[in-house]
Amino acid sequence: MKRKIKNFFKKSANLLYDFRIKKLTPFWKKFSHFLTHNFVLNKQETHLVFFRILKIKITNRRRESLTGYLFILLWLAGFLVFTAYPLVYSFYLTFQKAFFNIQTGINTTSVGFTNYKNVLSDANLLPLFANYLGKVILAVPIIIVFAIIIAVLINQPIKGRGVFRTIFFLPVVISTGPVLGELILQDATSLPSLSESGTVLSIMNKIPGFIAEPVSLLFDSLLMTLWYAGIPILIFLAGLQKINKEIYEAASVDGASPWDTFWKITLPSIKPLISVNVIYVVVSMSLYVEAGGILDLARGHMISGTPDNLFWKGYGYAATIAWIYFLMMVLIMLIFIGLLSIRKRRRY
Amino acid sequence: MFKKLKGFFNKNKIRHFFLGMHFNDGFLYKAVIYLLLIAFSYIYLYPLFFMIVNSLKNIDDLIDPGVNWVPKTLYFDNYKRAFTVLALPKAFFTSSWYVIKVSVLTTFTSALVGYGFARFRFPLKKLFFILMLVTFILPPQVTMVSVILIFRKLGMMSSEATILLPAFLGQGFNSAIYILIFYQFFRTIPRVLDESAQLDGAGPFRVFRSISLPLARPAIIIVFLFSFVWTWNETFVTGLYAGGQITLPLKLQAFAESYATIFPPGTPGAELNEAIKLAGNVLTVLPLLVIYFIFQKWFTESIDRTGITGE
Repeated sequence: MKRKIKNFFKKSANLLYDFRIKKLTPFWKKFSHFLTHNFVLNKQETHLVFFRILKIKITNRRRESLTGYLFILLWLAGFLVFTAYPLVYSFYLTFQKAFFNIQTGINTTSVGFTNYKNVLSDANLLPLFANYLGKVILAVPIIIVFAIIIAVLINQPIKGRGVFRTIFFLPVVISTGPVLGELILQDATSLPSLSESGTVLSIMNKIPGFIAEPVSLLFDSLLMTLWYAGIPILIFLAGLQKINKEIYEAASVDGASPWDTFWKITLPSIKPLISVNVIYVVVSMSLYVEAGGILDLARGHMISGTPDNLFWKGYGYAATIAWIYFLMMVLIMLIFIGLLSIRKRRRY
Repeated sequence: MFKKLKGFFNKNKIRHFFLGMHFNDGFLYKAVIYLLLIAFSYIYLYPLFFMIVNSLKNIDDLIDPGVNWVPKTLYFDNYKRAFTVLALPKAFFTSSWYVIKVSVLTTFTSALVGYGFARFRFPLKKLFFILMLVTFILPPQVTMVSVILIFRKLGMMSSEATILLPAFLGQGFNSAIYILIFYQFFRTIPRVLDESAQLDGAGPFRVFRSISLPLARPAIIIVFLFSFVWTWNETFVTGLYAGGQITLPLKLQAFAESYATIFPPGTPGAELNEAIKLAGNVLTVLPLLVIYFIFQKWFTESIDRTGITGE
């Protein structure tokens, strides 16, 4: 029985092999010969001939370029279809009143800057934009400082480094939108002692609303905000481990305290990584979709918009919201990167 | 004896024990570091603990302010209900199968594109590379209005293809990061290996398949794992284009509605409480936790291995 099964497999393997050698390979050879020797493209010893007229010499350089393009072809096609064209078209839609109809497709009428004006005077959206701006600007420094502290602590010569690394990277793996939403909803993300203490409440009542709102938003989800530090911690840690240990030894021989070495050696050497992390944190914070948040509203406008609907205003409006959001995001990044580079200039 | 003890409690020795020779190798220093790390870990994991503990509480424990970390009884009924509402384990398999498909396509394309950028010189390469990196900061919401129209025209709306096609074309969620990982990794593999294969008559694709790809195993594993986790966690784009409830987190998003249809309001003990919702959350992240604890080395060493920080 066993032998029978074995023989069966052997036979079928042999059959497949024969098929490949006798049928497939000659076919492929013919096919590839046809691909390079036809009317459109004719391959000669050192030249490619297109349409019997256009002669191109095959050089190593050209061959390399062609192979390079073949490798990135998938991405290039995808970029043109799913990123470049949609980007241009959605920018065009910001100047249009656009609605989708299953029968007729997209209907657009040009309205100039009306969409921008409407978005920037929308009573629902304005506070959301302000909160987003305040929250991200407040949260980024906190996250970066927290990540640096944790990375430096883990980088000390202690046991159980791996365990702590595992703990601090965990949120990256489990932060699912709905789970985060549920945790924020159930108040699991604020420090309990902080939100209940009287002093904090009285301070919050005294400062003006436009500052207090983002601050309280931040503290309500402080732990969730710290969860964004997962990847920055690892990036800083990798940067710290690249610093030459001898520099620290030399510094300690010269009598530098750990405090000094942190400011004079550690921080300058991980400085380039700060900008990388700022970009990462801003992007990942901005991509989190809150229920009833800006992005959620943009989706609502797009999906539910009809010409005679007063509240949901269609594709053009949604595109405008998304573009303004994106520009704000870029602005925040530029502000932080600008700040980082200014400090650098002053120091040296 | 007394002398020995005296010697042991020598002032200097005690000082060295606590403060160390250079301050940063003493007991005190290490104790403070452990304390800080443990405290921060507690803060960091607090939401997770909260989720797990509260999902095991029954209604009395939920309301009782005296019960905080240790429920009086471990109440597994929440999990039973969440199990039926999320339609586990079937939902788990369909969800993972979908995510695996996306991840395989993403990994394949990222490897190809990363290799192309790392190995070949071609005109406009710098421009394309920068454009590729810039797509990382572009929120999908900016392009969604037109992408949705493209999908409608192609007749792919509300099908898995809406996610699979962009993933195959290197435009999926976080694709730029994956391409960057492969790019960095392929740059660390010496060209000499490629050249020796070329001398033996292998074409560029043969070199890629037989030499570079096997060497890039760590990068492949890392990209696949991250792609798996991030695709699993992505709900906005997936919900919008592919629609329905193809992943577990999307099912979780509609938890309250599904609960109301399975346990209609009015029947005894059918109220949806926080504990049941949290049980659903725990069940949704459980597969990720399991993956994380099996492959934690790959996750935490991803950044060292791929060298994103340097060069």
